[in-house]
Amino acid sequence: MKALKQRWNYLFCSTRGLTLVAIATVALITAIWGTLSGPMVEWGVRDITVKLLGMKLVPAEREGRIILLYHTIAMAILAIEVYFITSLLPMKRHEQVSINATITIGYLTVVIFGLAFGYFGRNFVFHGLFLLGLSLVFFAGLLLTAALWPWKKEYRLPPDSPYAHTKNGIDLERMAFFVMAVSTLISASFGAITGSYWGNGHETFLAEDLIRVPHKLVLQKAIIGHLHIMLTLIAIAITLIVGRWMDFKGILHRIAMPLMGFGTVVITAGALSVVWLPWAHITIYVGSVFVMLAALMYVIFSWDKLIKEGTAGIQKPTFFQKIGALLRDPLKFGPGWQMVFMNFTVSGVGIFMAVKLDEIFRVWPHREERITLTGHWHILAALIATIILFYYGDISRLKGKARKWYGWTIIIMSDLAFASATIFSMKRLFVDEINQQPLVNTVMLLMDFGLAMVLVALAIFMIWRLYDLFRANGFWRQEYLEEEKAAAKAELEEQQRKLEELKAIIEEVSE
Amino acid sequence: MKRAIVALAAALLLTACGPAPSISTIDPPYIDTGIDPDSWVTIPAGEFPYGQHDAMTLVDYDYEIMVTDVTVAQYAAFLNTALADGDIYIGEFEAQIGEVVQNDEGVGGFYPGDPFDGYDHEFPIDAGDYLYVPFAEGLRIRYEGGAFSPIEAYTNHPMTMVSWFGANAYCQYYGWRLPTEIEWEKAARGTEVDANGHGRPYPWGEEIHPNNANYYSSFDLFEKMFGKLGNTTPVGFYNGKTYEGYETLDSPSPYGLYDMAGNVWQWMGDDYPDQHYRYMRGGSFYSYEVDLRVWKNNSAGPWYYSPQVGFRCARDQ
Repeated sequence: MKALKQRWNYLFCSTRGLTLVAIATVALITAIWGTLSGPMVEWGVRDITVKLLGMKLVPAEREGRIILLYHTIAMAILAIEVYFITSLLPMKRHEQVSINATITIGYLTVVIFGLAFGYFGRNFVFHGLFLLGLSLVFFAGLLLTAALWPWKKEYRLPPDSPYAHTKNGIDLERMAFFVMAVSTLISASFGAITGSYWGNGHETFLAEDLIRVPHKLVLQKAIIGHLHIMLTLIAIAITLIVGRWMDFKGILHRIAMPLMGFGTVVITAGALSVVWLPWAHITIYVGSVFVMLAALMYVIFSWDKLIKEGTAGIQKPTFFQKIGALLRDPLKFGPGWQMVFMNFTVSGVGIFMAVKLDEIFRVWPHREERITLTGHWHILAALIATIILFYYGDISRLKGKARKWYGWTIIIMSDLAFASATIFSMKRLFVDEINQQPLVNTVMLLMDFGLAMVLVALAIFMIWRLYDLFRANGFWRQEYLEEEKAAAKAELEEQQRKLEELKAIIEEVSE
Repeated sequence: MKRAIVALAAALLLTACGPAPSISTIDPPYIDTGIDPDSWVTIPAGEFPYGQHDAMTLVDYDYEIMVTDVTVAQYAAFLNTALADGDIYIGEFEAQIGEVVQNDEGVGGFYPGDPFDGYDHEFPIDAGDYLYVPFAEGLRIRYEGGAFSPIEAYTNHPMTMVSWFGANAYCQYYGWRLPTEIEWEKAARGTEVDANGHGRPYPWGEEIHPNNANYYSSFDLFEKMFGKLGNTTPVGFYNGKTYEGYETLDSPSPYGLYDMAGNVWQWMGDDYPDQHYRYMRGGSFYSYEVDLRVWKNNSAGPWYYSPQVGFRCARDQ
């Protein structure tokens, strides 16, 4: 019983344990639901999954099912990001505990009942519980926003701090996290308000099916704005998280953080104003420039840091020694690299599409344009997932060869898959329909192979973590004790600070 | 270990890059399906569940629609008579597509143009001469000795590589027209609704099986020859017969129409305001099964032609 309780505490009361549960949940969803599309359908695996699990895949409900699936995965990813934020940024222990507990119950409720409603018969009790889960996640977001409040005295930075701050000492990185959290809450409201109206008799749709409809309804535009900005905000959050992980500081940090905060506000306003402003895209582009510049500064900082750390002790490192130092640790090199790679597979494609929309993409049939659109944002979502896996690999104490294999497999294989997907989606630029088969066959195979390898790496990692849980003194125990110690220390400091405050009040009153 | 991975990756690449015949380089065997492409059916007036969300929609007139897509042989015959009549001509056709000019050599003719509303992303379709079919790779009609003739193996396959202008011209030539989206969907799914008020998602019923229709990776006879992307099947192929050991399921719509899901996308006749796009229905041999659901559509400019797009006609009674 004690052994079970200890493991329960690890899995549900520590950052690493909570993250493990969430990653395992997403991995499980991916493993099962991944069999419902792509090559798994061709190989007949989907039919086995459907029969085995008793799924009910009504053709007319496919769009609704996909929306539920996106939401379940998105909530788990949000939860992971929140766990990282509550562990990386200073906040009170009780705040961390309540935020993590609320979002955990929330996302698990969303996952269980969202999937049950979507794939196992339309039981409206399940839908209600799915909405309850979403509400809990939202509530956790409110708690997080309150905890991140950047104007609190105790979180102000000293004037000589190497981190970005105002003259009054307000931590601008904390401000960027705060702005991201507030933007996420506002953007989630856009989806929630519209979604509830949809639930009252309006019709489900996928945004990519509406792109050529000249007159979209206001609520349709709200959904389109919502889904775009939510993914963007998840990307902004992970960029801020890895910045904290790499101890981003100095001059670049001082430039990047205001850019990130301001860019987040502008890009959010732009995405949501799609509802009523025809020129909203211009605002989005402006916001994107600020955010991407901030990300660029992180990349420069982190790579420079890796090179400096890797060549420490060498008086005049050569170019190759510097490259070797940069590539020495794939987990720390990975986030920056994926952000750079994103420009070729996501931002570049998006900008190219915007510039050449009428000349190229609107000349193609709708199905081709749709592939490009869905392709580039699926890639963005998957890139974010890989960055989460790098960070989690690092805090899970992956070392030596295992660290290198895990890191490089994710980098190389995911990039192979994403590059192939990009070529597939843009294939009409290089080949006409009549001659596309060899190209399609090749890129489809590379895409499937790359993704399969990433999933294999993740599966091995998850199995190792599962095996570790059965060990009495496994890594899980060390991680748990370490976090317990850190939490106790933080709690003690908090109590001491509180004690000082109370003493000061008593003295003030006595006088 | 490293060697094994490199070898595996190389093997995968070699497999992918191996010979994959383009659909224009091999002629399939001629297969007679026994379905008459000259036959029509009447769709009676009445309500039917329209779209994914089954909005009950009234079509208040009877109309007729072709049982199959227009075949290559039928289109070749049209080109011959229309050429003789002087309705069409062979030449170079220039299409102004937004800022891009597309030049094609082929057969074309006059189109009176569409109303232009000047809306965002809308291109004007002015009166003028437009391409019907290009003399391009993939066209299954030969032009030799002043006459058009179908390539033998494709005689009864759906006509493809035909622009919307070419599809519209064919129907107009015989005094018919392209069906509207509403007419097409009614003909595809019928009027039946289940206890929950839902119409059928596929012409033949609730579920799709690879032997129901020609779609991506449906393992039909032609995918064995042309790879996963496959090729068109003769019109009416999925009628319950067995061809060279490949068993099909009889998959007509409630009104007896064939190929209303898969094989080729079908041009629709609607010209909606504020856009120049023309819509297509039915999905094709390139489509995943989700695009074979009767309410799904596709769109492109009327100048677009493709090996996966064909059409059928409708007419008023």
